[in-house]
Amino acid sequence: MSTTTPDYTVRTSYTDDLETMKAAHRVLLEVPFTPSEPERGYNMRSLYVDLTTLTVKEKQVTPQMKDLFVGGRGFGLWYLWNATTPTTRWNDPENEIVIAPGPIAGITQYPGTGKSLVVSISPLTDIPIDCNVGGYYGPLLKFCGFDAIEIQGKADREVVIVVDGPRGVIRIEEAPLEPPDSHVLSEIFTHMYATGPEDYRNVSVVSAGKGSDHSYIGCLNFSWWDPKRKAARLKQAGRGGVGTVFRDKRLKALVVRGPVIKADLNHVADRARIQKVGSVINKEIHDLDAQQCNMRRQGTAHLVEVMDAYDLLPVKNFQYGNHPDTKNIASWVWDKRFTQGIPDGCWYGCTMSCSKGADGHVVKTGPYKGDVVTVDGPEYENAAGLAANCGIFDPDWLLESNFYCDTYGVDTISYGTLCAFVMECWQRGILNAERTGGLDLTWGNAEAQMEMLHQMARGEGFGVIAGKGIRQMKRIFAENGWGDPKLMNDIGMEVKGLEYSQYQSKESLAQQGGYALTNKGPQHDEAWLIFMDMVNKHLPTFEDKAEALHYFPLFRTWFGLNGLCKLPWNDIEPANNAEQPEPAKVPEHVHNYCEIASGVTGIEVTKEKIIEQSEKVYNFQRVFNLRRGYGKREHDWPPYRSVGPVTVEEYESRAERYDKQMREEIGVDPEGRTTEEKIAITRKYREDRYAKLCDAVYKRRGWTTDGVPTVETLKKLGIDLPELVELVKQHGG
Amino acid sequence: MDPKPGAPGAEADRGTRLVVNGDPLDWFEGMTVRDVLRAKNYVFKLIIVTVNGALVPRGSYDEAPVPAGADVKVVHLISGG
Ligand code: SF4
Repeated sequence: MSTTTPDYTVRTSYTDDLETMKAAHRVLLEVPFTPSEPERGYNMRSLYVDLTTLTVKEKQVTPQMKDLFVGGRGFGLWYLWNATTPTTRWNDPENEIVIAPGPIAGITQYPGTGKSLVVSISPLTDIPIDCNVGGYYGPLLKFCGFDAIEIQGKADREVVIVVDGPRGVIRIEEAPLEPPDSHVLSEIFTHMYATGPEDYRNVSVVSAGKGSDHSYIGCLNFSWWDPKRKAARLKQAGRGGVGTVFRDKRLKALVVRGPVIKADLNHVADRARIQKVGSVINKEIHDLDAQQCNMRRQGTAHLVEVMDAYDLLPVKNFQYGNHPDTKNIASWVWDKRFTQGIPDGCWYGCTMSCSKGADGHVVKTGPYKGDVVTVDGPEYENAAGLAANCGIFDPDWLLESNFYCDTYGVDTISYGTLCAFVMECWQRGILNAERTGGLDLTWGNAEAQMEMLHQMARGEGFGVIAGKGIRQMKRIFAENGWGDPKLMNDIGMEVKGLEYSQYQSKESLAQQGGYALTNKGPQHDEAWLIFMDMVNKHLPTFEDKAEALHYFPLFRTWFGLNGLCKLPWNDIEPANNAEQPEPAKVPEHVHNYCEIASGVTGIEVTKEKIIEQSEKVYNFQRVFNLRRGYGKREHDWPPYRSVGPVTVEEYESRAERYDKQMREEIGVDPEGRTTEEKIAITRKYREDRYAKLCDAVYKRRGWTTDGVPTVETLKKLGIDLPELVELVKQHGG
Repeated sequence: MDPKPGAPGAEADRGTRLVVNGDPLDWFEGMTVRDVLRAKNYVFKLIIVTVNGALVPRGSYDEAPVPAGADVKVVHLISGG
């Protein structure tokens, strides 16, 4: 074990003025409620808050909701559907933030069971976004007696919504003095609302930060108390600007205070059934993790050098797939920087314990310069996006950007990808010092990357433009006549308005679909098929790829319906997994999920039912997109950078691969052709293949050739509600 | 997927080569699974290796021989995210 990590309990404290801040709070509404504990995973009620009228009410969760939507993301989408109209914009009062944990969330006998799902209309995409996030808020809310919290309206001042289960009271308080940044606010509110140090772990805070105030890429931080570090740690609901919606509602924070966590607060149907599979996987993690992914020491950062080795690490705005300096941000660096030997589970009982923390980071820039902080991460996405994709291969700067993105409530994935985009715009002369207000966005300029982030948080300068996201930047740059719109569309890595997460999909057609055929936008949590497709070559036909793009997104949707983390599914595998049919699905772990779902709810869940449950919600979300004017073939079209080489340098960096494809698959001899000619030939071929992939996927999913779920599909899935049927019919479904 | 007939790595070269996930690789006397993984830069740990259809246990990559002309499959599982 490394001895170089600093004292993990030493950090700057922000509670000195706590009493003053507390005294400034004014109770705007106080409502008593009867706390309850779920029965078989459900409370059968949710909490609704209207910030405009300052009203709070309980809503019944109906058996039909359970049946059709299960929980988590399903409940969130259903509430959002009912709360909004087709023309509701992200900043209209009727837009909601819904947080729902799901029926399995909160058990402690199986790893990865404490997730919350956040759903809202996104400022980036104008369609529903869903985020899967750890931390204690969702499970604690559930153990106070609510399966979801639905927040509508806008407050006229800075407020905090407090759900205090042990006291049976819900309060909306004016909270004027606390700074909104999450590492500060989480600590202050944990101390303010807990009854004492023993109670800190029963409090969780949801907050955003100054970056969410001035950008469309705001994220939410969900806290959990780390008793070893004596710190409020953070997990992020990152994607799509949910933090932006939160701050637009003038929410400073949500606070929940729950009961002391015990083994069976979910009052499950068959605890022994859950314990049986839980003890098996916990032993697997204990015995095998060190030889497999080493998640307990390195978290997902173990992937940095792996992706580099397979030419999949995004480098310089996804132009390239590896870099000699990756070694500086690789897992062995984080193995030393992360404090080891501390349980880092973002929910009780998670033996995978991958939420690593780098302690003792001395902040170099901005308003917290000189403070000593614990950085939550970096995870793979942060290392790949904030560092490699921007040509910054320095671990200290990565910790700095990771820290500030989190505390400012800025999505690290969108920030990394948009930062890479503006750096490439600089390289190609689309941006210059005059246009950026003096920011020198040369590749690798970490100080400029930080300054742009600070500008975003201050609501100043070019940082505000960048914070609108790539789609808006492309429009603004084109309107200003700064660059060729076609080139910007090719290199601006967004689909549906959401920035890409951090994997190179250029050489895997299945992954091009895995990103662009998603409901919410290009996030890897639907389908990660690169190895299966590009390395294993297990998906040779369009139909094979379509089958994978049917199964995996649905399987993974199910985690979000139930409040589960995906990582213990396939970042650890049983010793005999190789001998199983379809090992990529990790059949034993799929069986475990059937067991825990059945064990919690008392409803028998089979592997077929997993897909069936997800398919209802997945199709509902597609129809939701349709209702909002999206959700068709034209909205599933990717930027060419994710499909093939845009520039001469890019083509030439992989000339052997592209020339081989031209010769063997396209049937054209590359000899004697200019690189520009070869780019054009490759592009036509690859775009045509992508179109064929869409055909195959739509067919497999039961959609029209325009990507619209058919009436028959809705009927087959039992979601043929009249308004859905009417809608798909209008679009040829 | 097996290489198409006539494609590089197909039967003709198998005396001095082998096929890894459908692509050809030069073979040498004494070659082990570990050598194949190194040659292909397959550094990911969640893999399943078969040589001519027989599963190679994870602990024995250093010793497991790979004969000339072998059909080696290195199945990478999914991780991350
Ligand atoms: S595997 Fe990691 S992210 Fe998932 S629940 Fe456990 S600690 Fe949290």
